[in-house]
Amino acid sequence: MKNTAIDTKNDTEPIVDLNDVWVAYDGKWILKSIYFDCYPGEIFGIVGPNGGGKTTLLNVILGLVNPPKGSVQLFGSPPNKQSRLEVGYLPQISHADQSFPVTVLDVVLMGLYSRIGLFHRPDRNSKKIAMDLLSQINMADHAKRPFAVLSGGQQQRVNIARAMASKPKLLVLDEPSTGVDSVAQEDFYELLAKFRNEQGISVIMVSHDIGVITSHADRVACLNVQLHYHDEPDSCFSPAITREVFGEDLKVIVHDSKCATCYRSHQNHD
Amino acid sequence: MIQNVQPVIVVIKTMIDMFSLQFMQNAFLAGMMLSFVLAVVSFFVVLRRLSFIGVGVAHSAFGGVALGALLGISPTLTAIGFAVVVSNAIGYIGKKGHLGTDTAIGIFFPLAMAMGVIFIGMSDQYNVDLFGYLFGNILAITRQDLIITAVLGGLVLLSTVLFFKELLFVAYDREVAFVSGMPVAFLDHFFLTILALSVVISMKIIGIILVSALLVIPGAAASQITHRYDSMIAFSIIIALISTIGGLIISYYADLPSGATIVTLASFIFFAAFAVGQIRR
Repeated sequence: MKNTAIDTKNDTEPIVDLNDVWVAYDGKWILKSIYFDCYPGEIFGIVGPNGGGKTTLLNVILGLVNPPKGSVQLFGSPPNKQSRLEVGYLPQISHADQSFPVTVLDVVLMGLYSRIGLFHRPDRNSKKIAMDLLSQINMADHAKRPFAVLSGGQQQRVNIARAMASKPKLLVLDEPSTGVDSVAQEDFYELLAKFRNEQGISVIMVSHDIGVITSHADRVACLNVQLHYHDEPDSCFSPAITREVFGEDLKVIVHDSKCATCYRSHQNHD
Repeated sequence: MIQNVQPVIVVIKTMIDMFSLQFMQNAFLAGMMLSFVLAVVSFFVVLRRLSFIGVGVAHSAFGGVALGALLGISPTLTAIGFAVVVSNAIGYIGKKGHLGTDTAIGIFFPLAMAMGVIFIGMSDQYNVDLFGYLFGNILAITRQDLIITAVLGGLVLLSTVLFFKELLFVAYDREVAFVSGMPVAFLDHFFLTILALSVVISMKIIGIILVSALLVIPGAAASQITHRYDSMIAFSIIIALISTIGGLIISYYADLPSGATIVTLASFIFFAAFAVGQIRR
């Protein structure tokens, strides 16, 4: 069942490796017999309906949920404080208090706190690292602005800069498209690809949005309690699997950077 | 001319009278120290959305005061023990029992009060001014209280400065903070402990019933007028100082209860800050 389709993986160890993982909540299985692996430099997309166990799967990978059955390896050991330091995590955008009194720079600096260490304040060097990251995401001019006044897309980019601040080897993203308009989404995924291409990081992202995931991931799996694998992202749309994962009433609109029937702005449309 | 100067002289004379009184000196000193402590703690109470926990922890201190009265030992010491244990128990049971903090407060708040009433019932001594602890009594502030306030208040402020960036991160996004290596569980209990200590050192001047207001209002009022955490802390301290010092002066002149006057003044400042925030938006 395990997918090892991409040849380069044979030479390297997976950075995330789940073997026969089961998780139950309130006597009901949320995850059943999950086999999952992710390799260095890979963008892995997981799609599935709400309540299908996507966030739980991420929590298992991060060690926030301990499965009663099965084994979890994150960078070669069970998830722990040390292996989590290699991970940049981006929860759903609605997770944090949107009116929290921090500036854009403060948010990115938080990503450096664990490196700065206890009892130390962010110094000039930390601020330089944070400002460099803000430049990379074209947000340097916004550094002193309150985070709360940014648009959803801008906030998401700043959050990715925070996740990247600690120089992680793996980015874990939970519903990265929530609250972000489609144009900003395109920019966001371009940014992800850029970080992957330049720094070789891996990305695991989950979403209920099939179109977004399939057009930006190297490998895709569909999750609804059980995980279904697909060698090519597009094959995720095999009717039998989509019916099993999402049910009968599903309409799919495929959108990617080559999409001919959509518009980047109203001007183009006119 | 002499007639115009007369009221000013009267005010200055009364001020001199007020500051020449030992208990007023003690009250002002305690009030100023508390302002810094309560302002900083309220900053985190508001950001962590734990406003109701101040009420729960403050009332639990009543159980401790009554226990001190029963055993004939310092009510401040027993109140520290009671408040620290209850505050951490609220955090622990709320989390482990999957109840949420509000439900855990709903259990421990009446339990600590009930134990307080039982202790009073068991005690045949009435030499402890329980009413003073409930509503504040500035006449009761001793030199020993000032030392306790300075030591515990200093400890709360110093440790908050040391863990400031970690506390800020956990308040902002605890999941991301945990994944990026912050000691979230430790910081939760650390915060509950400094909250409990802040309540205990505020008992005599503001009172158990009313102190929860100053664990919320300075931070809440400051949040209405700024979007930056550093200026929010600064405003929070200024608002707490105006409330306590102003409240003490008003209560002296108008012969009103100090704790209630301080809290009422703080509330008016909140309404003013709310109005300013709405106008600027």
